Formats: sequence, structure tokens, C-alpha cells
Amino acid sequence: MADKDKWRFTMTPTRYVLLVLSLVGVLLMVYRLASGLGSATNLNDQWPWGMWIGFDVLTGVALAGGGYSTALLVHVLGIKKFTPIARSAMLTSLIGYLLVMAGLFMDIGRWFNFWRPFVSWGYHSVLFEVFWCVSLYTLVQLLEFGEVATEKVQKGWHKLFKKALPALLIIGVLLPTLHQSSLGSLYVIEVGKLHPLWWSMMLPVFFLMSSFFVGPAMVTVETMLGARAHGHKPDISVLQSLIKVSGYLMLVYLVLKVVDLSYRGATSLVFMGNLEGNMFLLEMVLGIIIPIVICFTPNLRSSVGGLVTFGVLVVAGVIINRMNVVFTGMADFMGGSYFPSAIEWLVSIGLIAIGVLGYLFIVENFNILPNHKHDQAPNLNNSINTSTSSIELSN
Amino acid sequence: MSKGVLVDITRCIGCGSCTVACKMWNNLQYNQTAPDKGSGLNAENWTAVNRVQTEKNNEPVWRFVKYQCLHCEEPACASACFSKAIKKTKDGPVVYDVNLCVGCRYCMLACPFNVPKYEWNKTFPQVRKCQMCAGRVQTGESPACVSVCPAGALTFGDRNSLLAIAREKINSDSSYIKQIYGEKEAGGTSWLYISDVPFETLGFRTNITTTPLPHYTESILSLTPAVALGWGALLTGMYVYNHRRNEIAREEKEPGDE
Repeated sequence: MADKDKWRFTMTPTRYVLLVLSLVGVLLMVYRLASGLGSATNLNDQWPWGMWIGFDVLTGVALAGGGYSTALLVHVLGIKKFTPIARSAMLTSLIGYLLVMAGLFMDIGRWFNFWRPFVSWGYHSVLFEVFWCVSLYTLVQLLEFGEVATEKVQKGWHKLFKKALPALLIIGVLLPTLHQSSLGSLYVIEVGKLHPLWWSMMLPVFFLMSSFFVGPAMVTVETMLGARAHGHKPDISVLQSLIKVSGYLMLVYLVLKVVDLSYRGATSLVFMGNLEGNMFLLEMVLGIIIPIVICFTPNLRSSVGGLVTFGVLVVAGVIINRMNVVFTGMADFMGGSYFPSAIEWLVSIGLIAIGVLGYLFIVENFNILPNHKHDQAPNLNNSINTSTSSIELSN
Repeated sequence: MSKGVLVDITRCIGCGSCTVACKMWNNLQYNQTAPDKGSGLNAENWTAVNRVQTEKNNEPVWRFVKYQCLHCEEPACASACFSKAIKKTKDGPVVYDVNLCVGCRYCMLACPFNVPKYEWNKTFPQVRKCQMCAGRVQTGESPACVSVCPAGALTFGDRNSLLAIAREKINSDSSYIKQIYGEKEAGGTSWLYISDVPFETLGFRTNITTTPLPHYTESILSLTPAVALGWGALLTGMYVYNHRRNEIAREEKEPGDE
């Protein structure tokens, strides 16, 4: 077991850049909390929700879906072959949720009132369910990480955490199932406002499924980046079977989408050649159909290039899907215009930078990756590439 | 009984008295650059009178449309609020309690009429919209805007009797469009409109669902307990089963391991 008591974090040029971005982000967050939404963002009466909700929260939660999907596969279904990736997937998810909470806090107008829904129960609101589930799940993930952390610090607590782990893991799959779908239900009340290519009573199912199948894609991208950074070979066979889980689910998703569109008589809208139709096609072809082809072509699936392409495309597809629901699909009804302000960008980038630094620090100081000793110094050149590309990816 | 207001668009002369009364009663700021005539609603304009140039019998005509929160019978904004900051009172008004508001702005997104507005320039903004002078209505008085209308365009009363008046008016006078806007829209609203030109030409949203919007989410949210219990039980079952199976497999293969 890794029980070096020393803490280490080797600074590389990239990490200095990330640190600067983090600090800028933190300063701007303080500015936003002190000065209000109007002076920090480009939000307006036509566009009450913007980048922080659309990207930092809705997309962030979906991309953090790798945590619960991996927990389900490894710990509940007991598929041991996926064990090596479990800890890093769940760590990414934890960090993702912490960033989501920070993003959400930035976005609420009366932030000193954030605790109200805990006591004033607006239980008929979808947001109420999201709020409770996301808060509880973040807590559950922190406790789950307790099992990892106590291998190194406060070791006396380790046994207790280990004992609580089964219950935590089950709750930790249950809660995301509820709120990932609820994030889709949020937009059910936009009936008649959200474009019919996206509005559907099936929104919760679509959001849930996509948050699940993007999990293995995120894990694939992460594993590849991590392998390059730390100079070891990625275990392709694990990833191959992992993305097949996504592949089958995406097939079902594709069929459901087609059935849903034709049931609502919206199929013709796909090929209208307008912005909505084209964005929908982009989302489906790039993010669903091409990845399915890669996944079920053995030659492509077993190559590093194929795996990376699959991962990147699926992640991009889910990002485009969430952006389409929040922006493309609402633009026609909302009117007006919105483009994120510099502060909105820098806060979002700052949050991601904090997340990347946090992930790197934890990976290098705790037992997260299977064939990576945490006391091993990072390969300087490669980690530079990795960090930059992971920022580009998340954006 | 739930109160409401009937707006007879044929009677409105566009004087704007209602908007002035609204500002005075609710202590709202007057802004020279965003007058309440001809522009939409905003944080300081809870009601506006929009001037619309349209056609009747092939002749150009002007119509004046007073616009404000319609106070839905089953408001989407109130159902969307996760801290109960927006409520429908038994008298009819849909009111906002700033003390409970977190500032998520989901109400603004949920509203089928795009009514709630936000104080973007404040550090701790409030959601702002017509409160239908809830304090006045509670004591049996009409809202401030209704009380000053010199043209008889606004009638305050029980929603049911207003519907009866409106029906009588549109049936007895052939110049009216045979529709009461707000009777069924979004499941029905406390404010009702009758007009002699089609509502869509006046800027009303006419393709709106007649199912109350909260019903859409309720039909999904009501599944939550069953899904949570069922899925939770299934997860626990699978967990126990797979761990037992793995344990047995381990014991058989490598006795003494772990």
C-alpha cells in the first residue's frame, strides 16, 4: 500500500499556467459575488441562464457521469476487469461535482440564501430533486473518497470507511440516476418553448442514458492522457470492453431518439437545413452514429487511435447535446442575444484549471491509478501536453 | 373565490394611467430611456401598454394591449420554484417572497409568457413581476391599475363571473373575436382578455398548451419514489449477489487469499 507520508507536487510550466488561471478564476469569482450577476455576466431578461448553468452545471454533471457508471459496473455488478479504472473515474466525478457546486454557487443571484431549499421545500420543482440529489451525492462521493484518503492520512478511520463503502456505493449509484434524469426533466416545463427536436417527455431518459454512456468515453480519454503523461502503456483490452458498454447503450439511445421523433411527428424537422436541424444532425452523427461504427468495428476498437476518437467524439456529442438544449433549441423562442462575457469564460476556465490541478495532486499523492506509483515524478514533457489538451477538451 | 381581471382590448385608449398607478403603488422607478409604453416588461415595468398597428376590415387600426403577469391558475413559475418563493394565493395573485428566493431564475425559464424579470444591475437581485396588488386584493379592493382606468377597459371581480361577462360580451357583439384569451391558455389564467382583432396579431402567444404546465413535471416527478425504491432495491440485490458470488469464487480458487 502506498503510505509515504510525504506530499509532493512537482510544478511544471503547464502547472504554473494552470495555477495562474486558477487564481484569476478565484479573483473573478470573488468579484462576481461582490458585484452581482449583471456586472460580471452577459445574462439578461431574455437569457436568464447562460454559460455557467449550461456548461459548468448541466454539461459538467453529465461528463462527471463516469463516476456512477463505473461504480455500477465495478462495485455493484462486480465486473472485476474494470477495477483498474474505478478509482480514477470516481475521483474525476468527485472533482467534477465539486466544480459543478462552485459553478452553481456563482450563478445563483442571492447566494447567501443557497441553503433555503433544505428547509423551504419546493418539492413540486424538478430543481428541488436536483438540488437535494446533487448535494447528497457530492457528500457521498467525499465519503467514498474517504476510503482512499485514509490509506494515507488519518489511517485510524480507514476501517470505518471501508465498512461504510457498500452502502455509500449503492446510494452513490442511486442518487445520480435520479438527478441525471432530472436535469433533463428540468426542460420538460419548456413545452412549446424548447424546439421540438429536443423537447420530449423522454428528456429525462435521454439525459440519463447519455450521462451513462459518456462515462466510459471520459474514462477512455482520461486513461489515454494519463498514460501519455506518466509514460506507461494504457490497458487497451479494458477500454475496449468498457466502450462496448457505451456502444450498446448508444444503439438503444439512437433507436429511442428515432422512435421519439417519429412518434411526435418531428422527423421532418431534422432535414430542414436550418440551424436547429443541422445542430441536431451534428450532435447525432458526430456524437452517436460515428462512435457506434467505431465501437462495433473490431479493428478500430482495438486501436489507440480508434479508442481516442471514440472517446473524444462521444464527449463532444454530449457537450453539443446539452448546448443544443440550453441554447440552440431555446434561441428561437427567447429572442435577444447572449454570448458569455470574459468573466464568464475566465471563471469557467479557472474552475477547470482548479479541477485539473486537484486531480493531478491527488493522483500523485494517493493510490488512484493501478500502475502508477504516487511517489513517482511526472514525465515533464508529456504532462505539459496532457494538461493543455485536457483543458481544450473540457472546453 | 379566486379573483381576476378582464381586459377588454376594444375599450383601451392607450393613455397609460394603469402603468403610472402601478409605479406609484409599487414604488417602481421611472426610467426615461425605457418607457412603459411600447416596450416590454422589465424589473421596474410590471405592466406595459403596447401599441400595435394591425388591420381590421382591410383598414389599418391601432390597438393597445396592456400586458403584465397573467397570474396562471396553476402557475409554472411557482411549480418551478425549489424554495417556495413564489406562491399562488387563494385570492388569485401569484406572489413572490424575496426572503425565500435563492436566485436560480428557473421561474423566468418556466413562465410560458416570459413575464418574470430580474434586477441584473443589483448585487442581490430580486425577481420582479406584477403581484396583482395582492395586499389590495386581499382586502377586497381592485389592483391599482384597474382602479384608475378611465376607459372601462379593466374589470375586476371573481374569475368565474368575469368569464360569464366576457362570454356574454363576445356573444352579443359580432365584432368580437369568439375567444377569451386566458380561459384555457396554460390551463387558465386569472387575467382574461377579449378583443376584436385576432390575438396572435396583438402579440399574444396563441400556440400555447392548455394543459397546466406543472402537470408535465408532476407526471415525471411522481415516478421518483417508485424509481428510487425499485432501483435502490435492485442495486442492493445485485451488489449482495455479485459479492457473494465473487467471494465463493475466490474461496474456491485461492483458499486463504485476503
